[in-house]
Amino acid sequence: MSEQGVGASLKRKEDDRYLRGRGQYVGDIRLAGMRDAAFVRSPIAHGKIKSIHVPEEYRDRVFTAADLDADGVKPIVAVSGLAGFKVSEQPVLAFDKVRQVGELIAMCIGESRAEAEDIADAVEVEFEELPAVHDMLEARKPGSALLHEAWGDNIFLETQIDVDIESAFDAPIKITREISTARQCMVPMEGRGTVATWDSRMEQLVLYTGSQMPHIVRTGLSECLGLEQTQLRIVSPDVGGGFGYKGILLPEDICLGWLALRCGYPVRWLEDRREHLTAGANCREHHYSITAYADRDGRLRGIDCEATVDSGAYSSYPFSACLEAAQVASILPGPYDFPAYRCRTYSVATNKCPILPYRGVARTGVCYAMELMLDAVAREAGLEPAEVRMKNLVRPEQMPFNNITHKHFDSGDYPEALRRAMAHIDIEAFRARQRKGEPDGRLLGLGLSVYCEQGAHGTSVYAGWGIPMVPGHEQATARMTPDGGLELRVGVHSHGQSMETTLAQVAHEVLGIPTDKIKLVHGDTEYTPYSTGSWGSRCAVMAGGAVSTACKEIARLAKAVGAHMLQVKPEEVELAQGAVYSQTGRVTLTEIARTWYLRPQDLPKSVDPRGLEVTIGYKPERDTGTFSYAAHLATVAVDPETGDIEILDYVIAEDGGKLINPMVVDGQIYGGLAQGIGTALYEEMRFDGSGQPLASTFADYLLPGPTEVPAPKLDHMETLAPYTEFGVKGIGEGGAIAPPAAIGNAVNDALKGFGAELLHSPMTPRRVLEAIAEAKAAGTATRSDEVVS
Amino acid sequence: MKPVNFDYARPLDVDGALALLADETALVKVVAGSQSLGPMLNLRLVQPDLLVDITGVEELRSFEESGDKLTLGACITHADIEDGRLPDVTHGALPSVASGIAYRAVRNRGTVGGSLTHADPSADWVSMLAALGATVTLRGPEGARHLPVEEYMLGALEADLRPGELLVSVTVPKLGSGASWGYYKSCRKTGEFAHAIGAMLIDPERGICRAVIGATETRPLVIADAKGLIGDGDPAAFDSKAVTAALTEAGMRDPIERQTHSVALRRAVEGARGR
Repeated sequence: MSEQGVGASLKRKEDDRYLRGRGQYVGDIRLAGMRDAAFVRSPIAHGKIKSIHVPEEYRDRVFTAADLDADGVKPIVAVSGLAGFKVSEQPVLAFDKVRQVGELIAMCIGESRAEAEDIADAVEVEFEELPAVHDMLEARKPGSALLHEAWGDNIFLETQIDVDIESAFDAPIKITREISTARQCMVPMEGRGTVATWDSRMEQLVLYTGSQMPHIVRTGLSECLGLEQTQLRIVSPDVGGGFGYKGILLPEDICLGWLALRCGYPVRWLEDRREHLTAGANCREHHYSITAYADRDGRLRGIDCEATVDSGAYSSYPFSACLEAAQVASILPGPYDFPAYRCRTYSVATNKCPILPYRGVARTGVCYAMELMLDAVAREAGLEPAEVRMKNLVRPEQMPFNNITHKHFDSGDYPEALRRAMAHIDIEAFRARQRKGEPDGRLLGLGLSVYCEQGAHGTSVYAGWGIPMVPGHEQATARMTPDGGLELRVGVHSHGQSMETTLAQVAHEVLGIPTDKIKLVHGDTEYTPYSTGSWGSRCAVMAGGAVSTACKEIARLAKAVGAHMLQVKPEEVELAQGAVYSQTGRVTLTEIARTWYLRPQDLPKSVDPRGLEVTIGYKPERDTGTFSYAAHLATVAVDPETGDIEILDYVIAEDGGKLINPMVVDGQIYGGLAQGIGTALYEEMRFDGSGQPLASTFADYLLPGPTEVPAPKLDHMETLAPYTEFGVKGIGEGGAIAPPAAIGNAVNDALKGFGAELLHSPMTPRRVLEAIAEAKAAGTATRSDEVVS
Repeated sequence: MKPVNFDYARPLDVDGALALLADETALVKVVAGSQSLGPMLNLRLVQPDLLVDITGVEELRSFEESGDKLTLGACITHADIEDGRLPDVTHGALPSVASGIAYRAVRNRGTVGGSLTHADPSADWVSMLAALGATVTLRGPEGARHLPVEEYMLGALEADLRPGELLVSVTVPKLGSGASWGYYKSCRKTGEFAHAIGAMLIDPERGICRAVIGATETRPLVIADAKGLIGDGDPAAFDSKAVTAALTEAGMRDPIERQTHSVALRRAVEGARGR
């Protein structure tokens, strides 16, 4: 391994600007004559718009759906091809009715954001309120108020998988639970934001917007605004975290694009935290009614589940309203091998923001449900949780393994990950200490969770979903410069993945060009090949594979020129360390590049006219996805008097295949872990009976901070993926998947003496105390306000 | 969100501030550290015509130790107290509590007068200064008034501040030599507002045994004579039933809330004993 190639923990090229505060985000962009937009948003969850009154003095600075309509602006439509999916439209600005708090009704232009807000305050909207649909389980029942009346119910999509479930019914252990995860917000440090301007020279509408998927935004935007795609340019500058939210085409983006066309001057909208929390970025709300069947030795006989996902009011572009729930059915079995399975899923429309794919997407909820069930089985069978998992995990000799939902697990040793996680903790000593009890009265618990994560899944998987976006070949452009440098152009975009560093490492691995002479161009539809962008833990596999493939082609081209310069045949040269070698001589890539660009008279007539520039596509040998996996272990101390939970130790043993830059992977895992801890213990967007979100600031929506995130012990396994370049597996989301399950199991382990069990995340102090109180009431038939101890 | 348009003034003495506050035709808000008012302005929960910034008033940034008490100007920051920039007359109580308020960035700017006047039930000073028997001094068109801290707070986000009045100082009595204190707060995470607070002062020399339960829906519950509830301060003698009953009587209906608050007080008692 070279010091800069694949596998090196190279310091990040991006850090110089990030750490000095010199990153350039949407909020840093200032265009001459730019004005600010603010929106009139619905204050209610569900109602008919009876009238919109714009004060006379602001007539030319307030625009409504009627203005968009006059210009033929189309609503956002994100359809899934899955059978039975009900189609709906997400209006850019609401016109007949509103279906969520925060829905856009009018846009207002001011010299400053404050002035735009003054104008928005002056717009009066009269509503006829309708009953709000705020509970997804109630929303499924007949007689519920309806969001999209034409459907006749509130169900975007219902799916079912049934594999021989009846064969499990005679199992000696049968455990049924109701498990749920709260609605969350994604909360990247940088919210959404867009600056839009018309470039009259290029005849292009230019949108500067922090986007994970600039090309997809361009396609969606062109459909809504009725522009040719060549008339649209999306520039995604530095992005301060995305986590899925910045993959979505928002109505705000369309509004800003339209405003720039209409007004002729640049306009800007920067999402504030209140908008972020109450009007967008919702995720995670799942409910599971789940039964595990098992033998006394802990072997799973079957899983039977009914899963409901609160999909919110609209089907968002491009992932649609059903991705989350329908995925639940296909991934609930996790890394386990069992013979019978049934899962029915419901994607339910409610009067909340659309649910969006957040790091881990459905996996975090699925892992929480499945892993809590495994611990429940372990308690019932009187076994250690690890023992139950060892009995059911797919074994290394079964790899590659087609699981019960036809997922193709490519490689790995799942039991070994669990063993390695547990090796970091002296389990027996911990159990002894747990039995003895802590001097301060706190209760100790240990929890495990194991998952596998399909990443970089491609055409064959997404064609089946039939959503507006199906990934095909991932393309990269590689281009040598006359001074021997290398430009890489990719259509994915970094929202924190450090691709300027890692893709340079990939190129260095192939060509030997120093990474400081390799420049990554990304985040601009004008300069990069089409791509579905950064999502699904795909960039290292797909863009990494594309860059490697393109660089190999550059190597072939350079070797041909180099061989000519060395006066030998192309097959007689090797490329190494940035130079082409023959038996007798050596010529550097810099000399080769200088010859191609500046001294073409020295080239042979037969030279390949592509020169030193290629654009080429890449797909792994199999596009069903890589399967990274990990075992997480948490130990916690629970205060039974206050319900406070402290994480004592956290261990992650994971396998991401070949790691391009292990330090970057560590960083991804730390970040994911922090988000997973948020899901486990803090983050929750509650709603009242009228569909009002109850948190509009970080005083009410709690996030973990530095003091709440322990330094985890990380252990990397590197089982090479069989189908990808270098054996890389997608791993970007994994850190956020397993923590709620591991921490939840640890808490339940701590509380097992009470017979208490928490089945809802986040596991707040109140929920801990309620679970203890309920268990006590069930045990003693008297409920007491007495302090527990 | 951004605030509405407002005017801003920074007087250099108390009289100048009071003159600005006397304008009855305008909505005038006093700002000191701006750690609560700032977000409220941005959220447009407060839409003032004029903001009077009192941090330029030297008198309000000073302190005075005299006889059996310490008087803190309203603009003394939590960090001033945490860092020991004023004498400690409370056996470490004030610096200890100050160091646990929110985050350091908030403590650098947030003021003791602002915290008491903002009157958030979950804030530390409304409970701890009540436990210590502190009083506030207000000045206004009618002259000066002195109130115990627990009476200054009328309810959640409501202080007994009459039109044109300004909180100028907080007076903390010196603790007796044998006094001990305890303070416990239950927070979801570091730096968050508490969801239960217990504060305890046992000062035999001055015949004081005062307990405070804070972070309730309203102003803290002050038990001026807590001997009956907590015995002589021995945690073993802590009567959680009686405390729970007192909380029920004070209107706390939720059993989980009562438990958490009762535990917070017991832990404050344990802390007091340990000192």
